[in-house]
Amino acid sequence: MLDSTDHTTSDLRHDMVAFRVADQDFCIDIGMVREIRSWSETTFLPHAQPYVKGVINLRGAVVAVIDLAARLGLGVTKTDPRNVIIIAQVGSQTVGLLADHVSDILPVPPEAIKPMPDVAAEEAKAFITGLVSMDDDRLLRKLDLARILPDTKTLAK
Amino acid sequence: MASLDDLKELYFQECDELLEAMAEGLRDMENSPDHSEAIHSVFRAVHSIKGGAGAFDLSVLVDYAHRFETLLDHIRAGRIQTNAELMSLLHRAGDHLSDHISAAKGQIPPIAAADPKIISAMEAALPTGASDPEAEPTPDFAPLALSLAELTPIAPIAETRDPPIAIGNPALLRRIIRFAPHPALYRAGHDPALFMRALADLGQIEVTVHHAQLPPLDSYQTGDAGLFWEIVLTSDATAHEVQGVFEFVEDLAEITIRTDSDATAAQDDLTGQESRPTAAPEAIAAPLSAPNATGVDTQSAPAPAPAHPPVSSDTPAPQATKSVATIRVNLDRVDRLINLIGELVIKEAMLGQTIETAGLPANSDIHKGLDGVRQLASEIQESVMAIRAQPLKSVFERMHRVVREASDATHKPVRLITEGEDTEVDKTIIEKLVDPLTHMLRNSIDHGIEARAARITAQKHEEGIIRLSAAHRSGRIVIEVSDDGAGINRDKVRHIAEARGLVAPEAQLSTAEIDNLLFLPGFSSKDEISALSGRGVGLDVVRREIQSLGGRVTIQSTPGSGTSFTISLPLTLAVLQGMLVDVEGQTVVIPINAIVETIQPHTVQIHSTGTHTRVVQNRGELVPLVDAGQSLNLRQALHNINDRILIVVETDKFNRAALLVDRIHDTRQVVIKSLEENYGEIPGISAATILGNGRIALILDPDEIVHAAATPHPLALEVCHA
Repeated sequence: MLDSTDHTTSDLRHDMVAFRVADQDFCIDIGMVREIRSWSETTFLPHAQPYVKGVINLRGAVVAVIDLAARLGLGVTKTDPRNVIIIAQVGSQTVGLLADHVSDILPVPPEAIKPMPDVAAEEAKAFITGLVSMDDDRLLRKLDLARILPDTKTLAK
Repeated sequence: MASLDDLKELYFQECDELLEAMAEGLRDMENSPDHSEAIHSVFRAVHSIKGGAGAFDLSVLVDYAHRFETLLDHIRAGRIQTNAELMSLLHRAGDHLSDHISAAKGQIPPIAAADPKIISAMEAALPTGASDPEAEPTPDFAPLALSLAELTPIAPIAETRDPPIAIGNPALLRRIIRFAPHPALYRAGHDPALFMRALADLGQIEVTVHHAQLPPLDSYQTGDAGLFWEIVLTSDATAHEVQGVFEFVEDLAEITIRTDSDATAAQDDLTGQESRPTAAPEAIAAPLSAPNATGVDTQSAPAPAPAHPPVSSDTPAPQATKSVATIRVNLDRVDRLINLIGELVIKEAMLGQTIETAGLPANSDIHKGLDGVRQLASEIQESVMAIRAQPLKSVFERMHRVVREASDATHKPVRLITEGEDTEVDKTIIEKLVDPLTHMLRNSIDHGIEARAARITAQKHEEGIIRLSAAHRSGRIVIEVSDDGAGINRDKVRHIAEARGLVAPEAQLSTAEIDNLLFLPGFSSKDEISALSGRGVGLDVVRREIQSLGGRVTIQSTPGSGTSFTISLPLTLAVLQGMLVDVEGQTVVIPINAIVETIQPHTVQIHSTGTHTRVVQNRGELVPLVDAGQSLNLRQALHNINDRILIVVETDKFNRAALLVDRIHDTRQVVIKSLEENYGEIPGISAATILGNGRIALILDPDEIVHAAATPHPLALEVCHA
């Protein structure tokens, strides 16, 4: 779903929000980002997946925070006041993504997004839809947020 | 542009209100002998339903409503005397009309033709020779566009200025009618020409159009009502018949009817627009009860700024006192407002906490300012909640029918007395109250009220009385259903419960505990299944429905003099009274309505009943101990619990359990926030709330926690599989 929007608007330049998680660079389309907040203490959620840090109060809405590092199989993010929570909108759902810090907001032309090479099946690969090589030798991994969201249906039954 | 479906939706909404008005009118007719206004309102309701139905081609409904209306017309004209039998017919006819509407809505299967029993009873009730078997092909006020072409035929009538005739004939009367439609009349689709024709049917008329108020064409807005008419009617019609012509536009136009005696004064009035209204020389006749009254018959609309204030001073128009301006608002908008106010209240609490930690003196301006804000916020919250609140009347109204039908089915005469129907409750709660109340009333009639013979033996009035009352009590709504029946036969209840294996034969039960057995699933005290309550719906369902609304049901019974059920409900589903407790460093909320008591563990005996399970011995009762921390996957089983707290909760299934928590903070109102919106359902958690410090706290669902702890597959296992 998210990919298709990317293709239909391929003539447009895309701004991406780049951020670091467990010493790797990732990015998502800026259109999905509602705001970036500094870390705030979460409230635990019982019976949640280990990568769900808990919930925070986003101006009255209850928003779950996902530890991206844990979700991508890159270890657990140590809670640090310098961490950020990227509030993203995926469909009708609002979700918080815990990252080390946001590094950039940068334009990425669609043709710069390269498909994932068929390398060894890493856990992270399931969530990455493309790669962007930057001039400064950084490699941005473009995340598919729809796949990152916790599948709560399995919990609810 | 509204589609036909939208209009139909609107029509059905109106129908509900009209049916309510009709039922209320019918009851007023029963209760007061002088019921002219009551029958009037019943007639109006039925007529309006018919009119709307015609516009939507609901021919069966139109046909039936027409027959009903015919009968009502004869009653209001005094051609049929009302008696108990007729009232019962009217009630049944009213119920049938509401069935027709439900069928038209598609809620129940379509009705192909009106119930022949009711139709024949209606025809039998008509005065001889007055039956009107043919329904009008079209309703008489189906929406029609106002067109000037329609108006032209009136002009010739205005020309024919026949000399006033036969004043000497006492039967003939000259009336001068001033008819000044408000714009609303045109918007509602009425055509003034039709009223002129209806008047022409009554006698000879002269019509004069006054167009002095009509603005010049370049400033004319379509929809403006610049015209008014003056009609001189010479006829032998009664005042009531003349008024009848305008019956449905009373509120939409200014209508003044005068007899000839003050015709000159009226003329002056009409020419000099600003002059005072004629003081009524005689008392105003009540519109219907005295149809032959002469003098001034005035019907002045309370609606938009009438040019003349109501002439009547000694008889206030009943309409005027009743009509309160209302608007229909999309519920989403109200909900959004409620959410925002919830935010405001939380923000205010957060600000309060910040100021507290800042350590400012208690009498500082900031504190005073904050107090003001706090007061305003809570007032705003209350007023916004009040928007969603609606009187219980609509539910209570429906209960009359339930009782009537149940009373017929059981052959027990029963009267329902309702009290406090103006008590307001959140709309969502109101909608969910219909089923439980229906079950409870049926239960009271079937099981509570004795058969007629038994009542006479017990020296009671043969008519049973059920009281349905509602009141606000300490921030909750309390609804009571009490009957004056035989009370609960506790020996029999206990016997049945034992026979069904619901209690052990040797169990010691208090009277209250026996009474509560009625709420157990699978309990039905009737030996044989009756047509009425034998629908597989027991009081356990009532209890579950009430509990799902955050309420509780209790029962009190005195043998020989009756049983009373008390439902206590929160005012709204948007906030909840909760107890804030600590579990392993996390603050969670337990709904107060589930809590029975709190116990300090060292004051009671706690026994292990297996490797993992423990029970608490409390007041001679053994209740399972459920560690909230374990249920929430926060900790392993605790061995020493002496410094913790046990909270005894009562669950849906009428089980008790002792929830182990670490510490109690306090109890307070919390705003309920959905978890499902952005996350999903969590077992054992019903919702979340936001605390004063801005943090989120989860609201426990004691039912699920206890239930999960009792099942062989704990929630924790499920999660591991997921």
